[in-house]
Amino acid sequence: MVKVKRKPLEEIAESVKGYTKILNVGCGGCVSVCLAGGQREVKTTNAELTLLFEEKGINSRVDGYTVERQCNAACLEELDDLVVRYDCLLSMACGAGVQMLAERYPSKPVFPAQNTVAIGVDREIGVYEEKCRACGRCVLAYTGGIWIPCAWNDIYIRLKQQNRLDDIKKIHLAMEWQNSTPRTIVQPQYEHLYAKEEK
Amino acid sequence: MKAGSHLEKILRAGHFAFTGEIGPPRGTNVEDVRKKARFLKGNVDMANITDNQTAVVRMSSWATSLIVMQEGVEPNYQMVCRDRNRLAMQADILGAYALGIRNILALSGDHQQFGDHPFAKGVYDIDSIQLVNMIKTMRDEGKFQSGGDISGPPKMFIGAAANPFADPLEWRVHRLAKKIEAGADFIQTQCIFNMARFREWIKQADDMGLTEKVYILAGITPMKSIGMARYMQKKVPGMDVPEEIIKRLKGVDKKQVADEGIKIACEQIQELKETKGVAGVHLMAIEWEHKVPEIAERAGMLPRPVVEDDEPSAQDDKKE
Repeated sequence: MVKVKRKPLEEIAESVKGYTKILNVGCGGCVSVCLAGGQREVKTTNAELTLLFEEKGINSRVDGYTVERQCNAACLEELDDLVVRYDCLLSMACGAGVQMLAERYPSKPVFPAQNTVAIGVDREIGVYEEKCRACGRCVLAYTGGIWIPCAWNDIYIRLKQQNRLDDIKKIHLAMEWQNSTPRTIVQPQYEHLYAKEEK
Repeated sequence: MKAGSHLEKILRAGHFAFTGEIGPPRGTNVEDVRKKARFLKGNVDMANITDNQTAVVRMSSWATSLIVMQEGVEPNYQMVCRDRNRLAMQADILGAYALGIRNILALSGDHQQFGDHPFAKGVYDIDSIQLVNMIKTMRDEGKFQSGGDISGPPKMFIGAAANPFADPLEWRVHRLAKKIEAGADFIQTQCIFNMARFREWIKQADDMGLTEKVYILAGITPMKSIGMARYMQKKVPGMDVPEEIIKRLKGVDKKQVADEGIKIACEQIQELKETKGVAGVHLMAIEWEHKVPEIAERAGMLPRPVVEDDEPSAQDDKKE
């Protein structure tokens, strides 16, 4: 899943500077799973921000609201009546969530509270490891399920164990990078629904 | 002839090649490059011009190659995958060829996190094997990587690197085979200090018939000091420096360490000259270019052979 890490408090405070009514929007999806942007973290961040505002004599208020997922418009509907009461939005979601908020509320400034880092796996509680760069052309089929950078030794050992060394003896053609432009994913079973729009 | 470079002629004529290396300056000091080139002129068959080696910014490899050519030394233009995508690579290859460069060495490149700009974006659009193949396709089929036609394909003599010392040993020779299949005409190896392991690797390559398909130049670096030997042993990834080398350097008088380093290198060169499957030696005398004449002499590499019909410039290609 997507792994994020919260920006330093000072950076967040700096971005919302000048706004008195701030709504911090959490997300119950990936960022909640990686313990960085769910309901609990929204509360903590808001408490820290409130303290900072008090220390600096800043007359701003920050409230919180966590939606099920920020990357789905239907999940944002419940925010519509709430958002009008605020000067700006802070998003605790990944970069996709931030953009979804900005798209839905074009008149409201939206600021990211997270750095979106990676697609990764859970190692320990609160410890995550990057595993995928979403290149759009998965090569794991011939690398024994191991991501390439600096891992050829591991790849060799695993493929040898599985009697699949031929997979890396072949020369693979130059990668056709799919992650150089923003992509839209339409699952095959739904393609017929959007055929007109695509034209 | 695939490219008609001096190196290609030397190798095709069956001479034991002896090549050198020049690291471009960390600035615009052209005189520094010329000085280094003068030490190499006549003592080596060509000189590798490194491309931002160790991921540290230096004068570009193609520009330094041109300066070296002006001094009468044939360059081997190094190109790493770290800093350029396929558009920039192909553009530079066309430019380099147009200006007379005839040898190219395709490398992955040391990772940027170890260099002087650790937060630079590593490009790695294609890997070194794909780069070799791209240059071959440009040369032999006159096609860009995308399939488009090249008007006036660049005829490069294509080199690739091999590290007989990285793990696992049994995989190294297969990786060599891949580079040959991709189109490498010559191979330059990582610096050899562990001769036993090198012998094993070259034998494997020979048994697989690979030494018949490609010219292998064995990499040699003379140790300047015990500190350098220790550094290479402990800090440089992919380097295999046996303890006995360090013992030997420690065994001589302090003032004689550098000389002992050269002596070791010369002994290695002598052995490599007799080793089946080794077509030459690539001498990497790092920031020690002024010692190259002495090393060449002591290793019995002089005089360098002269080959006929060396092309003085790119224009002559039209005659072919």
